[in-house]
This record gives sequence, structure tokens and C-alpha cells, in this order.
Amino acid sequence: MVAAAGIPIVDTPLVLAGGGIGSFVTADYLRIYGVPTSHMRILSNIDHPWQTYEYLTRVSQIPRPERIRSDSSSRPDNIWGFPPYTWQETFKQKTLKHWIQTLTEPIFSDFWTPQAGTVFKGMEREAQRISYWDMLVKGQVRMVRRRAGGGYFTILTPPPGASQTKRVAFRSQYVHLAIGYPGLRFLPDLQEFREKYQDYQHVVNAYEPHEHVYDYLRNRPGTVLVRGGGIVAARVLQRLINDRKQYGLKTQILHLFRTFVTSSHGPSIFKRRKGANGWAYQGFNYPKSVWGGQLKAKMRKLDGDARAKEYKEMGGTNTPKRRVWEKNMAEGRRENWYHPTQGVVDSVEPTPDGKLVTHFHSNDGVQRQAIADFIIDCTGLEADITEHRVLDDLLKFSGAYRNPLGRLEVETTFEVKNTASGNGALYASGSATLGGYFPGVDTFLGLQVAAQEIADDLARRRFCKKLGPFRSTTQWFKWAFNSRI
Amino acid sequence: MLPTLGGRIQTRIFLLCTVGVIITAILTPILPGMTGTMGERYTATYLILLTVLILGIIWEFIYHFLMQFRWEKDWPTLFGFITFINEGFLVWGLLLLGVVPGVDPAPPALAFWILFMVVWICVWAVANGPMRVPFIRWRFRGGRLI
Repeated sequence: MVAAAGIPIVDTPLVLAGGGIGSFVTADYLRIYGVPTSHMRILSNIDHPWQTYEYLTRVSQIPRPERIRSDSSSRPDNIWGFPPYTWQETFKQKTLKHWIQTLTEPIFSDFWTPQAGTVFKGMEREAQRISYWDMLVKGQVRMVRRRAGGGYFTILTPPPGASQTKRVAFRSQYVHLAIGYPGLRFLPDLQEFREKYQDYQHVVNAYEPHEHVYDYLRNRPGTVLVRGGGIVAARVLQRLINDRKQYGLKTQILHLFRTFVTSSHGPSIFKRRKGANGWAYQGFNYPKSVWGGQLKAKMRKLDGDARAKEYKEMGGTNTPKRRVWEKNMAEGRRENWYHPTQGVVDSVEPTPDGKLVTHFHSNDGVQRQAIADFIIDCTGLEADITEHRVLDDLLKFSGAYRNPLGRLEVETTFEVKNTASGNGALYASGSATLGGYFPGVDTFLGLQVAAQEIADDLARRRFCKKLGPFRSTTQWFKWAFNSRI
Repeated sequence: MLPTLGGRIQTRIFLLCTVGVIITAILTPILPGMTGTMGERYTATYLILLTVLILGIIWEFIYHFLMQFRWEKDWPTLFGFITFINEGFLVWGLLLLGVVPGVDPAPPALAFWILFMVVWICVWAVANGPMRVPFIRWRFRGGRLI
């Protein structure tokens, strides 16, 4: 049928749909396990794996020299996580302070985290080493469908001029989907404001370019309303405060938390997360043990409501407690230019003099207004997975269904449930699978956990050889000496 | 580290039986103040290592319990190191009391602490990094090897 429709067919044993860090990490594992480049094709419309991530981190105020929120041993460019990034920065800068910080974290110091630039450079080196670009095929993935004879067809639209036909079909026994976030979702009241008043300048999302806000504040005094209590809000505050200090600005910062955390909180003495001044504190996106410890082991056994309940208990917006941020905010409260408050927004309207008034009510029912020049939405809401056409198609036509959190339900091996096709298998990892047996899917280490499960499952299916201790060690030396594989 | 109870115990047994055994083999002949034949010295040092291992398994239950009070359910690198204090002094105390079977009299303090600390530091250092090189699944399984 595909051939009859005039669509050329390319055969390859494994298709990796998506060219971000998820596919890169999976390809890295499989190359190290011994899979040749000729057995995999990575279909993507981006040029290098860290492209989207770098764009999002940069606009949300983490340029290359700034530190991301990730552990020293979570290295997408190194499946062993050894040596950790700390070593690299220690040798490069010839100082022991990074080592001392990792040895004393999180008790006597903040969690050590790598610079964004270190992570990108590492991935570039590893991508060269595993011949990543030999596997990359540029284009937009349109859909993945099961084939009547087993395996899958992945339909790709190549860039204009790159192919004689509008579409190309990749026929493969295995498919891995890592297509990232389906999209951003705005807070409903802010979306309504933007559409009603066609104002995309004064109400911005932290994940879209918004330098004009900082430029404006550098030229005249102004007020910014920051919404959200997560890491992005903390980052935006850091930028506003740094600019305030560096350029001697008079910026007033209003900060609205929907949930205002005042102290340690949680259902029992064994499940208490620290918090204060509005924030819930946590080193990383999840409690650390989801990546390998108790919580990982526990969640692996849970289904349905029990799994949803556990997600809820460990969930909630949070941010790391960093000493410099705490100091800045305390200064702002003392000097009366940083005003955190709790509130649920009812509406946002423009004022006659070109400002924005936010009507909100606090938990005690009192109505309040906040007037600002700009609103920065730092809530980081994500769109439903059906906003992505590949996932939508998968749910409609390929038997895939949703997990307790509404994303794709996958096995512990990351095979998408109910989508097997003959002797083929369809895997997915990354944010599309959040809510599964493993919680930290949308993180560097989570992508590696998933990739390892997938590579081991593919080894069980004899697609590749399992990586034992001896081969793992020899492969590590190849990594250490940057030998191409 | 992000250990489970089973992972803690397996890792401790594995590392003491590999790293611990090798370090003890190297150190025993050069430990200061040790008396007796070489066979007697090795018997004493390996019995001390065995005592550390057995008591360590009990300690792991205590650490696991304490870890439950941590939101992250993690075990910071620093904790993995400073627990040499409680573990070391317990073994040393038992040696002084003469209740460790087969080790009588207790070895000189300097010999004991050199042996104990070198083994401790090496095991801790391996667990915090190189262990992941041959065993790529180990860190994602809470420290379990099997």
C-alpha cells in the first residue's frame, strides 16, 4: 500500500524518531553495545541533539556558563557516569573547590551541578565518537504505524529539495520514539489575555525569548510579576536580581505562588520535604532515589491509582535551595523590592496607562490586585501529548493508551504497551512517558535509565549483544581515550 | 549513593570481598607492631575484615532506617565516608574487649587504624565511581549486583 502510494521505502533495522537528547542517549548505548551505524537511522528536523535543550535553557536564563539543575554523574555523553563532570571542571580550572563541594553536598554545601556548556561540549565529543551524524536523516516525522507483515513504517517528510518525493517511509523491525515535549501550555488566564488583547510583549512565557523585558527594565524603572514556584521562576528571579545589582536598577519584583510553602511539608515523618518563603525545596526534579534507589524500586511495582498516588506524593513544583538565591531574596524582602505572595489568579487586564493588572484571590478569600509592567509565566505547563501529531496518531491507530498521568503507558522495558507488531517492538522514552513505572523519565539520567532498559531488551531479542562487565570496561577505556567506535 | 537495603548489603559484601581482601593482603606484612608468624598475622587481619563485614550488615539496617527520614531517600557521599567513625570504634572496642573470635590479643592501635582506614577509603572511593565502569546496571538498581 505504501509503495503503491508512490512513497519510497528505506529498510533499516531500527528507527530512532526524534533527534534530541533522548535519541542521542539511546543511540550512544546501542553503539557502545556494538550496534553498527548502518543498523540505525535517527530521523529528526534538528541538526544536533542538544539544539532544542540549549535553546530552552538559554531563553529560560541558563546560558552556557550558567549551571543547570543536574547531578555531576548524570552525563548524557557517558553511559557510566564516571568520571563525573566535577572531575572535568576540577582539572580544567585547577581548583579543588568542585571536589570539596561534591564531597560535602547537600549537607554543608549546595548540590554541585555542571555548567550547561560543559554538558553540550561533552555531547558534541561523544556524538563525533559514535558517528552520530552518519545515522541522522533530516526531516519531520509524521507518523509511526504497525506494518501488516510485522515491524513498523515510520513516515518522514524530508526538507524541501532533499528528496524527489514528499514523503519517505522507513520500514523497520524496531522503533524508538523520543520526540520531546509535545509543546508548551500557557496559564489559561494569560492565554486569554494574549488572545483578547493581542499583546504578546507584556505577557511572556519564560521558555520563549523575552530579552525585551530585561532591556526595558534597564532603560526605566519597572515592575515585573513572576508566576510559578519552580526552577525557572528561580532562574528568572536570579536574572532580574543580577540586573538590578549590576546596573543599579529599581526593578520591583512581585512573585505570585499558587501554592505558598511555609515549612516542611508531607503526609508523614518519612515523607517530608523542606520548604520556606513560598518554595518547596528539592535538589533535582525528583527526589534523588527515583533514579536508582528506593523510590525507583517501589514505583516499578505500582500500577493504576497506586502509581498515580505515589507520583502525587513526590510531585509538586519545587526548586533547589541555593545559598546565593536565598541571600538575594532575603535582601529583596528586607529592602522591600521583592514581594512574594500567595494567590490564585482570576483575570488579567490592561490598565489605561499601559500596565497590567492581575486580579487574584488568596487562600483566605481576600481579593487583591497586582499592577506590573510585565508578567513572566514561569509555570512551565506542558501541553497534552495529543498536541504532538505522532503521539496523537499512535493513540488513535496503533493501540497505545495512556498511563495514570495521561501520557504514554510503557512497560518497564519502555516498550509502548499494546503496540507490538509481529516480532517488532516500539519503544518510547522521555517526557511522553512520564507517569510510568519509572518516574524520572524527562531528565538526563532518566533518559539513560530508559536507554539501558531498551538496549537490554533489544539484546534479549538478539538485536545486539548484552554489555557485560568485561566489554563495559574496555568500552569505557575507549570512551576515556576518545577512540571512535 | 541511592541504595536500597538489598543493594547496600550486596555492595558491602562485594567490595569487602574484593577491594578489602586485596588491600588486606598487601598491607598485612607491613603493618607496624604486628607480632606472630605471617600466617597468624593474616589470620588476625582477615578475621578483623570479616568482623567489619558482619557488623557492617547490621549497620546497613540502621543506615537504611535513618535514610527513611530523608525526603530524597539518598545517602550522601559524606555519610558514606564519616560512618567510619561509628563502625571503626565499634570494631576497635570489641577487639579491646577480646570478644572477636580468633583475634587475641588485639593488634596495636596504629596497625588496626591503618588497616581499617585504608580499606575504608578504598572501598568508599570505588563505590563512588569506578564501580560503575564494569557494572553499568549497578547504580540504577540501588546497588544490587544480582
